[in-house]
Amino acid sequence: MTGAQAAAATGREPLLELGGVTLRFGGVVAVNELDLTVEKNEIFALIGPNGAGKTSVFNIVTGVFEPHHGAVRFGGTSLVGLPPYQIVRLGLARTFQNIRLFGNMSALENVMVGTDARHRTSVPGAVLGLPSHRAEERDGRKVAHQLLDFVGIGRVANETAKNLAYGDQRRLEIARALATEPQLLLLDEPAAGMNPAEKRALQALIRSVRDAGHTVLLIEHDMALVMGISDRVAVLDFGRKISEGSPAQVQQDPAVIRAYLGVAEDSDAS
Amino acid sequence: MRLPRVQLPDFVGAAGAVWQRTPTWGKWVIGLAVLVVAVLAPADSVGRIMAPASDWKSILFFPIAVYILLAVGLNIVVGQAGLLDLGYVAFFAIGGYSMALLGVDQHWSFWAILPAGIAAAAVAGVVLGAPTLRLRGDYLAIVTLGFGEIIRVTANNLTFTGGPRGIAGIPHPPSVGHVKALQYGVLDPKPYYYLTLAAIILVVFVVRRLENSRVGRAWVAIREDEDAAQLMGVPTFKFKLWAFAMGAAIGGMAGVVWASKVISITPDNFQFILSVLVLSAVVLGGSGNLPGVILGGFLVAWLPERFRGFASHRDLIFGGALVALMIFRPEGILPSRRRRAEMEEGQAGLGTLGAADVTAEASP
Ligand SMILES: Nc1ncnc2c1ncn2[C@@H]1O[C@H](COP(=O)(O)OP(=O)(O)OP(=O)(O)O)[C@@H](O)[C@H]1O
Ligand SMILES: [Mg+2]
Repeated sequence: MTGAQAAAATGREPLLELGGVTLRFGGVVAVNELDLTVEKNEIFALIGPNGAGKTSVFNIVTGVFEPHHGAVRFGGTSLVGLPPYQIVRLGLARTFQNIRLFGNMSALENVMVGTDARHRTSVPGAVLGLPSHRAEERDGRKVAHQLLDFVGIGRVANETAKNLAYGDQRRLEIARALATEPQLLLLDEPAAGMNPAEKRALQALIRSVRDAGHTVLLIEHDMALVMGISDRVAVLDFGRKISEGSPAQVQQDPAVIRAYLGVAEDSDAS
Repeated sequence: MRLPRVQLPDFVGAAGAVWQRTPTWGKWVIGLAVLVVAVLAPADSVGRIMAPASDWKSILFFPIAVYILLAVGLNIVVGQAGLLDLGYVAFFAIGGYSMALLGVDQHWSFWAILPAGIAAAAVAGVVLGAPTLRLRGDYLAIVTLGFGEIIRVTANNLTFTGGPRGIAGIPHPPSVGHVKALQYGVLDPKPYYYLTLAAIILVVFVVRRLENSRVGRAWVAIREDEDAAQLMGVPTFKFKLWAFAMGAAIGGMAGVVWASKVISITPDNFQFILSVLVLSAVVLGGSGNLPGVILGGFLVAWLPERFRGFASHRDLIFGGALVALMIFRPEGILPSRRRRAEMEEGQAGLGTLGAADVTAEASP
């Protein structure tokens, strides 16, 4: 059955499809024969104990690592072998588990780098001050301000990124990723290090990102957040998918309970 | 190893703060004042103070103005994009030999050779950059260092470049009308100084525009975190190559202008030490910050001339001054706000220029 037929049959449309994806680091199999389908406009959570391979999945999808075998398709296009910046242009953007902002740029400039992913100005346009370049600058600045307001940190637009509070840095990473206008937004532990109030605000933010028409693939250890927000959840353990389904289904799956036994503390560690 | 940081009273930082608060018209006024000073600089009265032991007008053209032009060009590569280039002299040489070969053999006019020399240097930059800019940090430094030497050694060994004796009889730019500042002859260095000044102004204008654009942001992003830049949609290779080509083009431009005055050039004019001096001008003045880099170019060119009276000790004094400066003010005299912050975090500096932490994301 092709993707299109499947969509017709279920009424859903697959956006990101992984088939038999495997990634090894020496003897460690970080991702093992993973099949995963994320559908348009859902919030899909990827959970699992530490070292389960979640970030590795992001790294494969965004082009940091090439899988040893398996297929990665986005809207029907294969992503394997593409350089990361081209993957961004196809409509995928991510945040990082360990924040990787451009620390000495202002918050606004960080987001403008994101808007630049959609822009075409190169050296000649900038040197000659062509109208297209000036229009892109105006657009970038405007969109960047809007996005900073959207994620709730408009007041620190001109602050140097590394001086922002931790929670604000996480929000800035989301704004920077959204600036590339992704169809699919990948969030790697966005709630890590946040207090309960910040987590609630983040939950609302992720919802409004989805409501704005984006699809969200979320890695998160905070179970309350995951269960409260996700449409579907997949559970990884030692690189394998051990369960998948609605939050309620996954929570009751004996395989999941086993995987988390003894590492239960990790469920809300960062 | 990190040297202990000695805290000096920060007059420069204060000046920077004032500058940032200065309204746009104020900056134009200051810029204009600097320009007036630059135009009046060749006066004899200035020379008596600035270089009592040398021919001031002559050193104002070379090394001072030429070094400043080279420093502004190399700053794009090192200061903006964070790529360590140890062979920048190669592009100066390509400009110089373009002027000599096309002028002497082909009888081209200076104004035709200028774009040709710039283009030749830029092409050389792309040819060198295309395979090497995929390398990072130390590797790039070594490859560029090798390239600088290869160009000089090649010129030394080919017959059409005149081998070690070089090329003589290089024509001057055609004089324009009867304006004294535009009579390009053998004796008066002033017209060449003004020509270089015009080139510097043009290049500064171009660099400023680039800084405030997608290109400049891409360069800073690459310098700060190349992997993250790429993952945010920056075509890092393309913009590194542009930085390299722009820097090379400006080096070529400086080479053409310089060779149009000196009548003869030899491979010895293009030693490794010139790459080092221009690089120290960039780092000393404040990588990434144009006013700082211009000041750095000026100091590196002028100080040895100023201390010519000290005869054989002057290199020692100059070297000592450089070392002292790097100990007390490693971020340069007039650092960019950003660069300075990077230095304080210990993420920048010669050892790590351009060397992004490749494994940072891979091992969370
Ligand atoms: N670049 C790398 N080199 C070697 N091993 C790696 C690399 N990246 C990940 N690994 C290994 O692959 C496995 C999966 O790591 P990954 O970071 O994907 O886990 P994770 O599910 O994101 O864990 P966490 O919840 O701790 O972030 C781990 O055993 C890890 O040590
Ligand atoms: Mg992880």
